[in-house]
Amino acid sequence: MGPLAPNGIISENTNFLLAFFIGIAFGWVLESSGFSSSRKLAGIFYGYDTVVLKVFFTGAITVMLGLLFMSLFGWIDLDLVYVNPTYVTSAIVGGMIMGAGFIMGGFCPGTSFCGAAIGKIDGMVFIVGLFIGIYGFAFTYPWWEKLYMAKYLGEPKISKVLGMSDGLFALLLILVALGMFAVAEWAERKFPREEY
Amino acid sequence: MSNNSKTERSRRYLNPYLGGVLLGLVLLAANFISGRGLGASGAVKSVVATSIEAVNKNSVNTMPFMEEYAQAHGTSPMKSWLVFQMLGVLVGGFLSGAVAGRLKLKVEHSPKITSRRRLIFALLGGIFFGFGSQLGRGCTSGAALSGMGVLSLGGFITMMAIFGTAYALAYFFRKNWI
Repeated sequence: MGPLAPNGIISENTNFLLAFFIGIAFGWVLESSGFSSSRKLAGIFYGYDTVVLKVFFTGAITVMLGLLFMSLFGWIDLDLVYVNPTYVTSAIVGGMIMGAGFIMGGFCPGTSFCGAAIGKIDGMVFIVGLFIGIYGFAFTYPWWEKLYMAKYLGEPKISKVLGMSDGLFALLLILVALGMFAVAEWAERKFPREEY
Repeated sequence: MSNNSKTERSRRYLNPYLGGVLLGLVLLAANFISGRGLGASGAVKSVVATSIEAVNKNSVNTMPFMEEYAQAHGTSPMKSWLVFQMLGVLVGGFLSGAVAGRLKLKVEHSPKITSRRRLIFALLGGIFFGFGSQLGRGCTSGAALSGMGVLSLGGFITMMAIFGTAYALAYFFRKNWI
């Protein structure tokens, strides 16, 4: 049955329309969780607000389990679901540059749009920065091409790389997340916190 | 006081674990309906590709990075899944903010720094994040969260690189936040 669009059950235009509605739900959840506030987001790096950790990992676990169960029930063909390719070098270097951007700007791209949507000027300026950064990469791409293409591993699953089943990996990740949530709750009690 | 502020807080924002489950369900819907994850930086890239093409019809073809992208997106890079999804994010964020009474034009910053300083760092952060998202093939949404959801090794690597670096640098930027 699923995924609907790759299986041709819904048309390309329907898929775009549904993308818009999925986006509304995405924006709603991010904003109502407090992701429109850079000070709330940055709290994860200082311990005064750990909403990022809780939402991010609960979300990742939910979708991971959802896909595993849907696949088990035969509702979705995981071979047709896009799995991000792994280019080790660019994933690390790109991630590090993004991490620097995160601690400076207090937003990531998705959350900056949420902030801008409710009137945060710092969110709008962050978006201007995104454009500059992406233009910058596009214009200087020949300089980074080697780095961009280095250490390509295909589309490996982390569970395969670690030599365990998807289910066992999901279970371990849930245990790790529960441990992190406990630390997060402790940190929020320890460090002063106010609402933004 | 602390009791009052606690009820106040719970009314204002979703419980984060509930928010996480809802976020996961939205991402699950994207995977089930469209066979792909969520994203953000990719939509900005579509606008960038379109604008470059508009300024100079041939320049996209002279830029290998954009050429590859234009080929993958057929006639117009604006007719992309992520562009429609990001338009939805703006609407959804606005609606949530409107319902919760959070619509307000302002620069949010720590009382210890000026608006000007906040905006300079927001711009710098955006530049870094934009650049890094292209090198890393996606941002926190598209590479880290959506990648982790489908157990992509690259998704986990990107997630650890983003958060690890932000933690490593947190000390140097602490004045901006605490």
